Formats: sequence, C-alpha cells, structure tokens
Amino acid sequence: MWKTVVRRILLMIPQIFILSILVFGVAKLMPGDPFTGLITPETDPMVIEMLRERAGLNDPVPVQYFRWLGNALQDVMTIIGMRAQNTILLSALSLVLTYLIALPLGMFAGRYNDSFFDKAVVVYNYVSFAIPTFVLALLMLWLFGYTLNWFPTSGSVDVTYASGSMDYFLNRAYHLVLPGITAAFLGTTSIIQYLRSEVIDAKTQDYVKTARSKGVPETVVYNRHIFRNSALPIASTLGYQITFLIGGSVFIEQIFAFPGMGQLFVSSINSRDYSVITALVLLFGVATLFGTLLSDIIMSIVDPRIRID
Amino acid sequence: MSGNKNTDAEVMTGDIPISTPPMGFRVIAREFLRDRVALGAFVILVLLIVGIFVGSLAIDLDKVMRVSLMDQYAPPSADFLLGTDSGGRDILGQLIVGARNSILIGIAVTILTSILGVLVGITAGFYGGVIDNILMRIVDFIMLLPTTMLIIVFVTIVKNYDVWSFILIMSAFYWVGQARLIRSKALSEGRRDYISASKTMGTPSLYIMFREIMPNLSSLIIVNVTLNFAANIGIETGLTYLGFGLPSSTPSLGTLVSYASSPDILENKTWVWLPASLLILTLMLSINYVGQALKRAADAKQRLG
Repeated sequence: MWKTVVRRILLMIPQIFILSILVFGVAKLMPGDPFTGLITPETDPMVIEMLRERAGLNDPVPVQYFRWLGNALQDVMTIIGMRAQNTILLSALSLVLTYLIALPLGMFAGRYNDSFFDKAVVVYNYVSFAIPTFVLALLMLWLFGYTLNWFPTSGSVDVTYASGSMDYFLNRAYHLVLPGITAAFLGTTSIIQYLRSEVIDAKTQDYVKTARSKGVPETVVYNRHIFRNSALPIASTLGYQITFLIGGSVFIEQIFAFPGMGQLFVSSINSRDYSVITALVLLFGVATLFGTLLSDIIMSIVDPRIRID
Repeated sequence: MSGNKNTDAEVMTGDIPISTPPMGFRVIAREFLRDRVALGAFVILVLLIVGIFVGSLAIDLDKVMRVSLMDQYAPPSADFLLGTDSGGRDILGQLIVGARNSILIGIAVTILTSILGVLVGITAGFYGGVIDNILMRIVDFIMLLPTTMLIIVFVTIVKNYDVWSFILIMSAFYWVGQARLIRSKALSEGRRDYISASKTMGTPSLYIMFREIMPNLSSLIIVNVTLNFAANIGIETGLTYLGFGLPSSTPSLGTLVSYASSPDILENKTWVWLPASLLILTLMLSINYVGQALKRAADAKQRLG
C-alpha cells in the first residue's frame, strides 16, 4: 500500500509545479506593474527603465518566477490566520453534516426503496443536484436568517464576546450553522445516490442471503453487513468533498458575509489586490490537489485491488 | 463461409438488446408518456422557453431600462406586474430579457464545450496510446484546477471584456468533463469488432471516428449536452451574481439576483430577486429532469416504457 501512496505523492509534485507556473503566467498577465501609475508624459524613459530594473522586472523569467513564488508563499502565510481558520472550520462542519445527513438517508432509502420515504429522498436528491449554490444560499439566508430570525445573517462571530470565553466559541459555532448546512445540503447528492443504489443492489446478493438464513436480524443485516460493504467506497469521496467545498466557498462565504478565504478572494478581486489573488489561487489549487490525493490514498486503503505491490 | 455468416448474424441479433442503440424519437416519447413528472418538466420547459423568447421580442429594452425615480422600488401592481428596482425599472421586463440572455449564453457555452469535448474524447479514445495519454493528462490537469477562481481572475484581467470573452473563458474550463466521459466510451467502442473490420477495410480514420463511432455515442452525447446545459446556466448566473459574469450592458438572471446583496432588498423587497431565483431553480430542475428521462430512454435496462 505504501508504494501506491508514495507513487501518488510523487505524481503530485509535477502537478503542483505546473499549477504554480500557470498561476505565475496569470500573474504576469495582470495589467500594469507597480510603476504604471507614476508614468506621466514628462517622465524620462530612462528613469522608468531604471526603476523597472531595480524592481527586477527585467530579470530573466525563471528568476522572476522564483521571486514571485517566494512572495506568494509569504502572502499565503499571512492569509493563514483568522481567514483560513474560518474556512477550515466551516468546511469541517459541512463535511460532518454531509455524512450525518447522507448516510442515514441513503441507507433508509435503499432499505425501504419505493416507499414514500424513498420517493421523498429521491425528490430531495433532484433538488439538491439541480439547485445552484448561490440560489440555495440566498434562499436559506432569506428564510432562516431574515424572515425567521433563527440564525445570524453575517460574520463569523459577534464583536461583543471576549476571545477565548465559552460564549465566544458558542457564538462562533452559531455563525457556522447556516452556511454549514447549506454547503452540506449540496454535498449530499452523490453520496445518497450512490449508497441508495448500492444497498438496493446488495439486497439480492449471496452474502446477504447467507446472513439472513443464519438468522441475523434484519436491522443487523443492514447496519452491519450491507452498510460496511456499501459505505466503504464512500470513504474515498472525502477528498472530493473537500475539493467541492473549496469551489463552493467563494459563493457561500460571499452570501453569508462569512470572513473566510473565499470572501477574501472576492474582495481582493474587487480591490485588484493581485498579490493576494495569486496567493489564494495557488493555495486553493494546492488544496484541491491534496483533496484528490487524499481520495486516492483512502481508496487504496479501502480497496486492495488498486494497490501496486 | 456460410456457417460464419450465420454465427455473425446470431451475434448481431443477440447484441441488439444489450447494446445501447441510438435513441429513436419513439423511445423517447414513450419514456416521457410513462413518466408524468418528466412530461410535466418538458411541458414547463417548452412553455418557459417559448414564453421567454416570444416575450423578449415584444419587449422594448430601452423602455424597460429607462430610469424613472418616481417608481423606485414599486411593489408588484397592475402597472408593474413584478414591481420595480432601484431605478424604477420594470422587473418583469428585466426578468424576461435576463432569462433570454442566460439561456442563449448557456446554449453557446454548451455547444462550444460539447464540440471540443467530443472532438478530444473521440480522438483520445480512438487512437489510444500516446495521444490518449497526452490528451488525458491535460484533461486531468484542468479538472484539478480551482475553476471558479480562475474564471473570475480571467474575467477581471481580460482587456475589452464582452459577452464573447465570457463565453470563451467559461468554455475553456468546462469541456473537460465531457471529453473524459466520451473518451471512456469511445475507447471501449473503438475496440469492438465492427471498428476493427472497418479499419481492416481501410476506412479513413476520420470517417470511422465521426461516422461510425460518434453515432453510437449519440445517446450519451445528447444526455450530457442536456445536463451540461442546465449546469452552464447555473454557473453563468452564479458568476454574474458575484459580478464576474456578463458585462452590465447584458443583464442576466444573475444580475437580478445580485440586487439581493443588499440586506434591505433581500429582506423587504423580495419581488426584486425572488422571481429570478425561482426561475433559475425551475429552469434547472426541469432541464435536469428532462435530461434524466433521456438518460433512462438511452439505456434499455433503465427504461420505464
């Protein structure tokens, strides 16, 4: 198994390298350099040239690339503070909620398929598959935030609480609930669909018949025998869920005015803060790569057939 | 030799129920008649699209976009069926024009991504080997990119940004899913006997790819085009909502929803953004449902009728 993991990690190094080259290329495309605003018709071209020379803009491209990479990494370090913490907390909560909602729904819908409950789950799945993130987030904010006043409508914590107190943590958690549920609702679709059809398939399989004929109670057949077999591949969706959450965070954080990295991205775009933008794209890109890496590793643990030995 | 022919014929007739034949119109019609919800979704979709396009012909855009501060934020009434926005502009008119733009952009992106996806997918699947490897590494790499963020970055740095730049930027990122799917099918289709026979007879590769393999993937392509169309409308309206989609001269459904960024409008002036949100939701649900019914019609094992 370790061979597979090491191979997979080695495969990621060129991917990260190409990603950084791409982001560097995009950064070079961004309009203007720091001196564009200073240039007036009277400025001596020699002076501009000297300034550019001193800032290293005339250096060979590889030199510029490594200098840019160094700066971007520094920017990443400064971003990893409150913002990253918020986004990671929100993603972790969404992940937990996703599995908490999806596993029971998928199991029950599969066990009692064609029942009223199953049909309701199928409808739920249709809606969660079709609805765009921003529409759902807005409807949730409007309904539960503004109309029913159940949840706060913006921010990650109220300013009135002292950092570190119990109330502070509770208040932070309270702010996470609505965006967390929204992201989880969208993430459940594929898991429910997969689990439901797996359970329906498993019903007629030999190992289930064997278990039944041994006299294993029906609930145990489902919750142990079938669940273990059907849910294992779902473990490997963990990484893809992370990738999915990263993509959605731009919308969810923007709508719930939640100060995480997705919202930072939108505000840096609006203020044309190019160094933060490139740092964030790089960070999110690497996070996406790690998400798929995680999925592949879990897959190789769960399913011995795909290991290279 | 005659014995050979017989077994061939048997294999062929034996194959027909298992393989996925190109969809006939009759198969689709039967599937929709069996599934009332799918039929309903189809009817709603047709009515919406016809309504939107006929409506947008009847609408005078200049009149809709004329600012009249007297009517600022008028609630729905006989004059303005769905009320007005901050500039006293009719929401219903903006909704119809926005929906038309969103649908047209969705179609344009879907056509571009499908052409590129099918071309790359069939090429990779047919040739296999090195060509397949190179193409698929590119596809895999694009799939791993933080797409939403990169699109937003490109939208902000492109010079002379207009509707077409947006369509091209979006298409550049969203053809890969289609390519991967088509490639996996084309790969297995390309190994079948009829293709080998065709190759032996010296049929040109291009002819095999697009006249022999592609027709056999048509049902898959149609289903995917439908589902992608819905997804593309969702992506476009989402980006426009954030302010990185269609330029402001071209209103989209996302433009109307984006007014809800102001808490006052979100809470108290629901007529501004709610109809557009619900229209997006209805479009997405009905297109997806039609897509799912087509998917079932394409697969003999899943058919209801």
